[in-house]
Amino acid sequence: MKVRVRYFALFREQAGCASESVDFPGGTAMELFQMMTAKHPSLSAQAAALVAVNDEMSAWEEPINEDDEVLFFPPVAGG
Amino acid sequence: MKFSVSDTAIDVSAARIAVADKHCGALAVFEGWIRDHNEGQEVERLEYEVYRPVAEKEGARIIDEALARFSISHALCIHREGLLELGDCAVIVCVSAAHRGAAFDACRYIIDQTKTRLPIWKKEHYVTGISEWVNCEQCAAAGHAHGDQRHD
Repeated sequence: MKVRVRYFALFREQAGCASESVDFPGGTAMELFQMMTAKHPSLSAQAAALVAVNDEMSAWEEPINEDDEVLFFPPVAGG
Repeated sequence: MKFSVSDTAIDVSAARIAVADKHCGALAVFEGWIRDHNEGQEVERLEYEVYRPVAEKEGARIIDEALARFSISHALCIHREGLLELGDCAVIVCVSAAHRGAAFDACRYIIDQTKTRLPIWKKEHYVTGISEWVNCEQCAAAGHAHGDQRHD
């Protein structure tokens, strides 16, 4: 299924792009992230990273659906 | 607007006035400023990246949570984005309440949650010419937890 992936801050620099369309066989947000780390070896998983789907905060174990826009947030540092 | 992101200087006086209320005897304010050092490095300036669609929604939720959890009257938070210089105000939280205890508690809750939940990132530009994203991996390397006061 087709999904849209977006990267922010450190992840954008590691992936070398801000967004891309991906053909995902299905699974969780974590499985999608792992698939992207295989494609972009510089992209590294970090314990405090967050994920949002269609502009709502989500969880790594949530399943991804067709046409979802998945946002990968590296550890945040506001304030 | 209880939570907002600004790409221009924060008007501190306007923020205080926005929570003014004749029923309130306390105003607690937290301002986060750009300081000249972090993790042993001399900082020259700092750059904030904010993903507004999620930050604004989640920020409004944090304010609503504070209003529900604490005996306060009004609360707001404004966070900067873009390039900031030393001494600039990066974030302000203003809380008004009948009494100071609740105002202090709610103010701390809002800034703590803002730091850990909102999609906001900062890139530090050091005097050496190098720049780096500040993130939790550095926290781990330095041996302290995310949310540690060294990040204030």
